[in-house]
Amino acid sequence: MLGTRATEDTARGEEAPPVKARGLLKRYKEVLAVDHIDLNVHVGDVYGFLGPNGAGKTTTLRMALGLIVPTEGTVELFGRDPMREGARALQGVAGFVEAPRFYAYLSARTNLELLAALDGGGAKEHIDEVLDVVELAPRAAHRVGGYSHGMRQRLGIAAALLRRPRLLILDEPATGLDPAGMRDMRTLIRRLADDGITVLLSSHQLPEVQELCDRVAIVDSGRVVYEGALADLRRQGGAGYRLRSTDDTRALEVLRAQSGIEHAASGEHGLSFQAQEQDVGALSLALARTNIGILALTPELATLEDLFFRLTEGDGAQGNGNAESIAGTATATGAGDRASGAQTQDANRKAVEIG
Amino acid sequence: MSSAATTAPVLPPAAQAPGVIHTRRPSTLTAWRWELRKLVSQKRTYLGLGLAAILPLIFVLAQSLRNHRGHDQGNIFASHITQSGLATPVLMLLFLSVFMLPLIAALVAGDIVAAEDGNGTLKTILTRSVDRGQVFAAKTLAAMTYATIAVFLSATVATVAGVASWGFNNVVTFSGTVVSAPEGLLLVFAANACYLIPLLTVAAIGVLLSTTTRNSAAAVVGTVGLTILLFIVAQIPGIEGIKPYLLTEQYENWHGLLRTPTDWAPIWHSAWVCALYMGPALAAAYLVFLRRDVAGG
Repeated sequence: MLGTRATEDTARGEEAPPVKARGLLKRYKEVLAVDHIDLNVHVGDVYGFLGPNGAGKTTTLRMALGLIVPTEGTVELFGRDPMREGARALQGVAGFVEAPRFYAYLSARTNLELLAALDGGGAKEHIDEVLDVVELAPRAAHRVGGYSHGMRQRLGIAAALLRRPRLLILDEPATGLDPAGMRDMRTLIRRLADDGITVLLSSHQLPEVQELCDRVAIVDSGRVVYEGALADLRRQGGAGYRLRSTDDTRALEVLRAQSGIEHAASGEHGLSFQAQEQDVGALSLALARTNIGILALTPELATLEDLFFRLTEGDGAQGNGNAESIAGTATATGAGDRASGAQTQDANRKAVEIG
Repeated sequence: MSSAATTAPVLPPAAQAPGVIHTRRPSTLTAWRWELRKLVSQKRTYLGLGLAAILPLIFVLAQSLRNHRGHDQGNIFASHITQSGLATPVLMLLFLSVFMLPLIAALVAGDIVAAEDGNGTLKTILTRSVDRGQVFAAKTLAAMTYATIAVFLSATVATVAGVASWGFNNVVTFSGTVVSAPEGLLLVFAANACYLIPLLTVAAIGVLLSTTTRNSAAAVVGTVGLTILLFIVAQIPGIEGIKPYLLTEQYENWHGLLRTPTDWAPIWHSAWVCALYMGPALAAAYLVFLRRDVAGG
């Protein structure tokens, strides 16, 4: 009977996405901490969950782990709702929100033994292994009360790995780490992802997210302002190009005359402009028709940092228009079950383009 | 963490197999055992147990010194005590049951949920494979186990110290009947077991306050304050009708055991009165714990 149930669980787990949130809302009296958030984390994603402080990231992650009861909406992990199914919904899921916490009066090893026991006891034999992974084995017998912040972060990872997760939820794992610690954390996350573990990573380290993540959700004031592939966001949001040609002066005239080409300018390293991908194709034909040879045409994508600030703050040049685009995106992504992931992504792209 | 570039998987291959479930729900007994392990590792645990053990020792020592110096000639109370070492645990239960043992029970019960909430470790254990209901049951059982250990530790120390000082002799019950030493010993521990009925109810109230206030100090002080309040209420003239139903009035339920013939009425009375306190307290605490937001830490 137990075997049958496990098989059913496994089958169900393979079909359902690691995280699927729909219309997630959390209200604390007058404060709306999370406002109709939809998330779609797919199997194998390294999914960045970004937003300024107070944007609702941690509250969302707490709801995902069943620690906080949503005011509205649902979240499912591999098809299971932690609110309905309790600890059963966390099968195959591990991680921490905010700083990982342990019993300061117990050693690291005893803390892990306790957590292994609460996972059914089977994980106990892997304690040495996970301590080795985070390089805490030599200090395993020491009380956690004497640990540095970085050591506790690493112990948090070890505690998560003890569950052999298929989904790892990490909230600011690199916070408080020194540069070498951050690099090691990135390496570890990359390796875990390469091993097939889906990672939901909340972080303020935007270069880290840009390096690690393939999909992102950006939240601001409790709402998702973008969700989708990071590459799409950068392509659609930045869409800058650099051109070197056989005749830059004439090429600049062509650029300015060509529809869909914006912000064309001449610079030290050739010409620069912004355009959508399909317009770049038309441009190359137009240049050919005027007998201008292309020496180099290279896309220059906006950094995640640029896009993050554009989506969450707006910049001076784009000001109100950007704010409107954020509102438009949030509406599109906040539509809960009414909007499919693809529709949401399209709406987001549009919003970024407008922005 | 190793920063060396390597292609070896971080975890063994079994860990990466999709759909393989590596965790299962532990038994509540396991969770309870670890709650006890946590208590054993905390210094504050020994404060209460230390009090429970040392107070009988101080009493026996003080009484022995008084006898030795001849201060108690003609003191009936002292002469009863010195007739048999088995009178000591009875007297200690009489003294400690009013305030000290409820305080010791409240020290752990009031702390057991709130401390973990404040330290953020509640979120750590609630994101494992154990259900909230199991964590609550384990914590409640651990708080009650602690109260039980405190009572029997106190009784054991009082008995050993009393017998060592004044011998394992026949003892006189509240009715004036003399019972043999072995029967007296049995009665002593049975009396302590009866006292557990109201004391575990105090622990249940401590767990309720610990769960709802999320503050250890407030829960401990609140629990002790409630028992003091009930003592004061019991003194108010004109409310004799409700007095038998006050929790603090149940602290003396064990007196019935030390009468001849045994008077079971106060024990049964305390059992159902305490159930009326404990049941709603635990039910409310359980429901709050199940649905609460764990936002600390």
